[in-house]
Amino acid sequence: MTTSSSERGVSLGMPELPAPGYPDDVRARLERDARELIARYPDSRSALLPLLHLVQSEEGHVTRTGMRFCADMLNLTTAEVTAVATFYTMYRRRPSGDYQVGVCTNTLCAVMGGDAIFEALQEYLGVGNGETTDDGKVTLEHIECNAACDYAPVVMVNWEFFDNQTVQSAKRLVDDLRTGRTVSPTRGAPLCTFKETARILAGFPDEREGAVEASGSAGPASLVGLRLARGEAAPARVVHPRDGGPHDEPQDRAVHEPSPTEHLSSHDAPQDTSASDPAHPAGPTAEEGE
Amino acid sequence: MTLAPELKDMSPEKLLAPVLSAFWDEDKSWTLDVYRRHEGYEGLRKALAMSPDDVIAYVKDSGLRGRGGAGFPTGMKWQFIPQGDGKPHYLVVNADESEPGTCKDIPLLFANPHSLIEGIVIACYAIRSSHAFIYLRGEVVPVLRRLHEAVREAYAAGYLGENILGSGLDLELTVHAGAGAYICGEETALLDSLEGRRGQPRLRPPFPAVAGLYACPTVVNNVESIASVPAILQNGKEWFRSMGSEKSPGFTLYSLSGHVASPGQYEAPLGITLRQLLEMSGGMRPGHRLKFWTPGGSSTPMFTDEHLDVPLDYEGVGAAGSMLGTKALQCFDETTCVVRAVTRWTEFYAHESCGKCTPCREGTYWLVQLLRDIEAGKGAMSDLDKLNDIADNINGKSFCALGDGAASPIFSSLKYFREEYEQHITGRGCPFDPAKSTAWADRTEVNA
Repeated sequence: MTTSSSERGVSLGMPELPAPGYPDDVRARLERDARELIARYPDSRSALLPLLHLVQSEEGHVTRTGMRFCADMLNLTTAEVTAVATFYTMYRRRPSGDYQVGVCTNTLCAVMGGDAIFEALQEYLGVGNGETTDDGKVTLEHIECNAACDYAPVVMVNWEFFDNQTVQSAKRLVDDLRTGRTVSPTRGAPLCTFKETARILAGFPDEREGAVEASGSAGPASLVGLRLARGEAAPARVVHPRDGGPHDEPQDRAVHEPSPTEHLSSHDAPQDTSASDPAHPAGPTAEEGE
Repeated sequence: MTLAPELKDMSPEKLLAPVLSAFWDEDKSWTLDVYRRHEGYEGLRKALAMSPDDVIAYVKDSGLRGRGGAGFPTGMKWQFIPQGDGKPHYLVVNADESEPGTCKDIPLLFANPHSLIEGIVIACYAIRSSHAFIYLRGEVVPVLRRLHEAVREAYAAGYLGENILGSGLDLELTVHAGAGAYICGEETALLDSLEGRRGQPRLRPPFPAVAGLYACPTVVNNVESIASVPAILQNGKEWFRSMGSEKSPGFTLYSLSGHVASPGQYEAPLGITLRQLLEMSGGMRPGHRLKFWTPGGSSTPMFTDEHLDVPLDYEGVGAAGSMLGTKALQCFDETTCVVRAVTRWTEFYAHESCGKCTPCREGTYWLVQLLRDIEAGKGAMSDLDKLNDIADNINGKSFCALGDGAASPIFSSLKYFREEYEQHITGRGCPFDPAKSTAWADRTEVNA
């Protein structure tokens, strides 16, 4: 990074120079993708959220270079693009890991064990909220309700579902991610990297063999009502993920429970936006100072 | 409004009514082949044989009401679209399911996305729209993957694109992934977001039916509402009205979660009670009792065990002082601290407040400060009235319903659990052990 966060944070002095552009070959490739996305909408500006996902798939986070690209493609100012990019939590503004591990700590998951899982993972990985492990593999975050409350507590990795988690299973999960094992979610496809995920979010279907059908038609909790309605299973025989499967070893009693004074939402301070390295604009080579 | 007496004490086979979820356990349930084997796209054929106005009238007569929370009649929303105005019309499906506790549209889209696509084609035929959008929250990639595939299949089979089934109807469908913002579930904020802006709600009027997406007439419907339409066309409005009550007819997805023996999706006629759902599904987790629950997500005022027999339909829940909302039945047992629960929900609202209006932006901030102090044992008794006062200054005075939602848990928890707040203040801290609330709490004790 050519300018440090502190330099960029100074409000007086020289206005910041425009962000450098992408190298020609990268820009040509991204332009093709961008045109395809823009053509899907009656008004080009509607493609802004998909384009921000697209530039995130290029660099792993949304850089000033990426935002300038979006502005160029849509005939917007970089200020207009920045205003949008900073509103939505899925756009990262600093280099992060290949795997984003998000622990749901909204009320229901928190109460069911999400708080304990998030606390334990911070300790286990030695990182705080929004921070990345030294090997660049895992970025840990707490997330809001992800519409999987019947599978609580839930952990999302690159926005795929890991249902009915425990402290033990979550630790195993991050171990597997860091050692490079293939990890399959409870519901979703075998994990790809954060950049590859961002490309799907931009609107380009996942082309991997078997990705759409992976993990079957529906998770077990989605089927309990259907099975009861058919008289197929008495409640006591309903296969309950909580009582079986891979998470049945004793819990680590030493897990630190967050005290009421440790407030998860206080991590949500506004973030800086880091720049692409002008020498290597296509890759997030910058080191975040703080 | 209430279940007929003869329906009491019936078996799950009689009490439940899987329609949208009827074949979720079949292999590859999300594919066009399986959907077609279950009368898929037959409702569309029936609709295309009617005039668009007749389709609107039919859906209106069925009594289908919005499943996204407000319960507005779906057919009436369609009818509000001015016809012959020379402007493009749009259908936007709200698949931004983010209300805490709500988890029905995501499993529905994962297992049965074609029910939504068929409903979209019918709705667009009725309102004369040739471009529809599915605004899916971004944080659910497995669902996005299946929507991409289902839309591709539907185009290839001629259910989308030009001259659909020879009817002359042309329809484009765009799947659009959001980027993480609860407020985009609010329909006008969703439209701003879909236009490539910050997701902030718009002043109404004009309503979306007059000036929605790109200032054109727009219908915004919840996933489950639209996905319910094909079955109504296929099986008839009388069939639909044979379930539920006069004012709340039909079937719907109830999502049971929390400290219950069998969390999951239960599709049933409107008006079933939580007691019936718990009785058929094994009740609360063994050895525990229900303390408080939400009928439709965190924005609906909470209930207690006094409300187990409230019929879960729009009128029944409303009469008991809450809202049916999204039918997200989050159940908490006696190990759960209500102050902790409400504090966390309030932190959520403060985080997700878009910042546009002062009562919500400032009010949720100050609620969090007070609640954190109370939870940590640093509160004063006067703080409880202050909480009520601030919530009162948010409720009904904010730009959109997010503010009202933020006030709901405050009002309702103070109403039912004021003593527990007082305990935190007089006892200088939280009397609960969070370890006892976890999913594994009881198993740990056995193993230890």
